[in-house]
Amino acid sequence: MGERLLTRNWGTPERHALKSYLAAGGYQSLKKARGMEPAAIVDEVKRSGLRGMGGAGFATGVKWGFVPRDNPRPRYLCVNADEGEPGTYKDRYLMERDPHMLLEGIAIACRAIGAQTAYIYIRGEFHAVADRLETAIAEARGGGYLGHNALGPGVDLDVWVHRGAGAYVCGEETALIESLEGKQGKPRLKPPFPAVVGAFAAPTIVNNVETLAQVPHILERGAAAWKALGVNGGSGTKLYGASGRVERPGLWELPMGTRLSEIVLEHAGGVRDGKRLKGVIPGGSSCPVLLPDEIDVPMTFDALMAKGSMLGTGCAAVLDEETCAVRLCLRLMRFYAHESCGQCTPCREGNHWLAKIVQRIESGRGEPGDVDLALEVAQNILGNTICPLGDACAMPARAFLQKYRAEFETHVRERRCPYGSYPIRPGGREITG
Amino acid sequence: MAPTLSPRLEQEIERLCERYPTRAAALLPTLQAAQRELGALDEAAIGMVAGALGVPAVRVQEVATWYTMFKLRPEGRHLVEICTNLSCHLCGGSELLDAVCRELGVRPGETTADGRFTVREVECLGSCGTAPVMQIDGAFVENLTLEKATAALQSAP
Repeated sequence: MGERLLTRNWGTPERHALKSYLAAGGYQSLKKARGMEPAAIVDEVKRSGLRGMGGAGFATGVKWGFVPRDNPRPRYLCVNADEGEPGTYKDRYLMERDPHMLLEGIAIACRAIGAQTAYIYIRGEFHAVADRLETAIAEARGGGYLGHNALGPGVDLDVWVHRGAGAYVCGEETALIESLEGKQGKPRLKPPFPAVVGAFAAPTIVNNVETLAQVPHILERGAAAWKALGVNGGSGTKLYGASGRVERPGLWELPMGTRLSEIVLEHAGGVRDGKRLKGVIPGGSSCPVLLPDEIDVPMTFDALMAKGSMLGTGCAAVLDEETCAVRLCLRLMRFYAHESCGQCTPCREGNHWLAKIVQRIESGRGEPGDVDLALEVAQNILGNTICPLGDACAMPARAFLQKYRAEFETHVRERRCPYGSYPIRPGGREITG
Repeated sequence: MAPTLSPRLEQEIERLCERYPTRAAALLPTLQAAQRELGALDEAAIGMVAGALGVPAVRVQEVATWYTMFKLRPEGRHLVEICTNLSCHLCGGSELLDAVCRELGVRPGETTADGRFTVREVECLGSCGTAPVMQIDGAFVENLTLEKATAALQSAP
């Protein structure tokens, strides 16, 4: 399976405790970082090719480099632990099982960007995970890895857990900042970008949990060696998942750039019960679905974009021949209609119309022309909103409507859904990494 | 006399405010703490939180009504949240929600007549590798079957 970095302590008893992390060589990279110039840390991360693992894939070192050096305001690091993208379940395990790896990454990132306060914005539903982070922060303060002089003589670092309250859009970085400031999570217009004007009008970097957890490993082995762990144009390692209609749902740390076909067919054991594969949503519900003949693709940002989809979070969901594409599309449209923050008309109205049109098709009340009508609605959302939530609805909608068009039309023609109800069928396995 | 916050909650709010450069930023954690203590965020609670943080009540109201995890009125003693999004949907989450609702004699969003359970259909809970999944009072129950759900409901006090 290749080298394990993020998950290397997952097999250890008391894996979440400071003493376990230290026994495995933890916080050595922070010690190294204290002796490095901030600019040198930024350069090292730039050279590593690390990209944002929350789904956007922006080059992390480049983002850090956007923080203006001459701004007298304090700087902030916001850790995006909102993990709300349907189908995604990676950051939760990183925080639950090895919280100190994230905290070490946070401390190094703060030294790199000159921040002395970091907020971990964690989704409200992760109650126990947030409690674990609070415990780990207290342990790390006690050990001198956070708190007084954590980043060097006279340079303190405070890390706070900030719990969300149930809103998907708060995973978008400017909505996250609004929410951190105690407001409704409504995304801001960019520019200015958060690196210049972010939380509390100060320079702010927002990074995903998995992104930050990789930072200690980049410093530990050096950018070039870390980068070389990737394959097919990817850099380093990545947590990949496969859930839904597979034999063995799970989460695996693999070389970044591992093929989607390998993840689904080998690691996840292929489609359950020997059924035929119908499609794969490669990295969360916002990523356009791929047909079976499209999944022999490296799981990198660039390769999936070339296929008209996205890497997203790297957690794939698998559809088998007994999955109704219309019913699944409907469930996702209902989600995006519910989660629209309401600021932009195309998303607020369009997502609801997509849900309504797909609902009537699924329930046997569709009209001829409804598929084209839905496609037109999707087209009018795309690119016309402040944040990507509108696109995150319209892109998968378009993919479902185009790739399974015949199935939508069958629903309209026969005035019913040809599929039966689904079995309640857990995968039944623990997540082992 | 206007209702007032308990001294314990007042102290907690002051500790929360120390984390942020503005008192207004402590609104979400303050509402969470208030909800834990008071059960629901009614008009009086909204007013007290606004007073404690020095922000207009309308600002507190707009935040409390915008996020799905804030309760504006009392609900059942136990909150049962069943995910029916992507991976749970594929593994029978919607059928499970229907079955649990049938068993409890409620529709999603409703509270049982004895006030014991409120059942809610929720969006992805980040537990897709162990789908289908539910939370009962915030604790995950994973790799869910109807039997497992029933057992979890029965063991709730």
